[in-house]
Amino acid sequence: MTDMVRTGFRPSRIAIYGVLLLACLVYLIPLIVMLITSFKTPMDIRSGNLLAMPTDWTTIGWTKAWSEACTGVQCEGVKGYFWNSFKMTVPAVMISTLLGAFNGYVLSKWKFKGSDLLFGMLLFGCFVPFQVVLLPMAATLGKLGMANTTAGLVLVHVIYGVAFTTLFFRNYYVAIPDALVKAARLDGAGFFTIFFRILLPMSTPIFMVSLIWQFTQIWNDFLFGVVFASGDSQPITVALNNLVNTSTGVKEYNVDMAAAMIAALPTLVVYIVAGKYFIRGLTAGSVKG
Amino acid sequence: MEHTQRRPAGVARASSGLMDGLQRWLPKLVVAPTFLLVGIGIYGYMLWTGVLSFTNSSFLPSYNFVGLEQYAKLMESERWIVASWNLAIFGGLFIGICLLIGVVLAIFLDQRIRQEGAIRTIYLYPMALSMIVTGTVWRWILNPRLGLEKLMHDWGWTSFSFDWLVNSDFAIYTIVMAAVWQASGFVMALFLAGLRGVDSSIIRAARVDGASLPVIYWKIILPSLRPVFFSSVMVLAHIAIKSFDLVMAMTAGGPGYSTDLPAVFMYAHTFTRGQMGLGSASAMLMLGAILALLVPYLYSELREKRHD
Repeated sequence: MTDMVRTGFRPSRIAIYGVLLLACLVYLIPLIVMLITSFKTPMDIRSGNLLAMPTDWTTIGWTKAWSEACTGVQCEGVKGYFWNSFKMTVPAVMISTLLGAFNGYVLSKWKFKGSDLLFGMLLFGCFVPFQVVLLPMAATLGKLGMANTTAGLVLVHVIYGVAFTTLFFRNYYVAIPDALVKAARLDGAGFFTIFFRILLPMSTPIFMVSLIWQFTQIWNDFLFGVVFASGDSQPITVALNNLVNTSTGVKEYNVDMAAAMIAALPTLVVYIVAGKYFIRGLTAGSVKG
Repeated sequence: MEHTQRRPAGVARASSGLMDGLQRWLPKLVVAPTFLLVGIGIYGYMLWTGVLSFTNSSFLPSYNFVGLEQYAKLMESERWIVASWNLAIFGGLFIGICLLIGVVLAIFLDQRIRQEGAIRTIYLYPMALSMIVTGTVWRWILNPRLGLEKLMHDWGWTSFSFDWLVNSDFAIYTIVMAAVWQASGFVMALFLAGLRGVDSSIIRAARVDGASLPVIYWKIILPSLRPVFFSSVMVLAHIAIKSFDLVMAMTAGGPGYSTDLPAVFMYAHTFTRGQMGLGSASAMLMLGAILALLVPYLYSELREKRHD
């Protein structure tokens, strides 16, 4: 697919590189703007422009965003919400991935009557606009005493994330030959033995895909956070939105940008470290098998 | 179970029968919690919302049925009409521009580019960000006084003015910009994967026949990527219909309600304005829109599989 390029002559090559590099710039500029603005003083922001370097670099925006900025009525920065997000994301990612692994195993290697239909129904769950479940879910969480708690958010993220993780694992395990499982069964290996001894050791890549996908989705979620959490249990995305929309006093864009960076850093780091798996998750989620 | 018969008779059989029974039920037991949760959490709640959409629920759910009144109200609501129109504008532009940029970048990137991996990483990183972060940054970039406008003034274009973010006629287009920035790299990745799957001998043959590269792409390669095209449209349309975060972070639906999308409308009426019935009706219409897209798509997917 790439070997026709040799015939392309110079000007067209230069044009292609030109377009690609220009696009790089366009994708990078918001990140650059966010970074340099976060290190400016409010004065600097007013006198300079988006792409001007700070005249003197300062971390005042970051410290303010972390521990002083107002997110609504409270003015304690985003640090508490940042940890909330971790407390919510880590268990939700673990539980949904583990459930997904077992579901995928059953739906590919231990099919039963109606299991394909169940899988189809689960798949459909990936597409439902969450607006149709918000109100009943809010009512249920209230009844369970889990409204406005991190545990409630974990439950919600597990329920609406497990369809994706099941999809990942099921499609991965379908490609592993059934003969392997049949042979182990004849040797007397049971359900869990087969899973832990045969499938699990070869599942590292799909575990990575699922963990990273779920981490990104749950960390970045705003809808569930804003509907099901309030005050102390809010995740960072909700806090960031509150901070940016708080209209008391003079708008401090350096604080806004530092807070945005803080909210973005965990998923950015994951993307830089394990981008390969993230992209696989993205494409697996859209080109469904 | 053939292996029970190989075992000696007596007590051993009874216990192994139990074990076999357990083994047979184990898979179902393992998936049961998920299907219970999803069954209630998606299908049950969907019905529940459907029921609420036929009631006059306001601040609290009530079960006074009023038939289709909420839907009728919705159709007459100026704000809902604006939200629906906005979705059409936003969705159409967002999908169209993302596809255009994604396809062009994918084709260019497929020309034996040096540092392809690094470039791809740059194109895709916005997908790892929260839409709230994206919204926050773009809101700052498009700030009518200190943002892009100031930059252009400083660079010498003093007559430049750009106030779309606060202009109710144009604010929706700023949302399109930010959304395209976030998702176009993803479309590029999908198409690049598709291009890598195209059989290169077809292209070589076409070249031998004297076809030029653009013609080959337009007439042969792109048509063969139809499935990628459809799945991209599906994913993008899905993002568009559910779009909520970006609007909340950039304009919160404003100025006025000029950048309302159905998802924002639903949230506002259900959770802040105490019109749960109306909010539920709008949620059901969003579901309807997704179904209208999804059912033909799944149908054609299944038919294709059967043909294989």
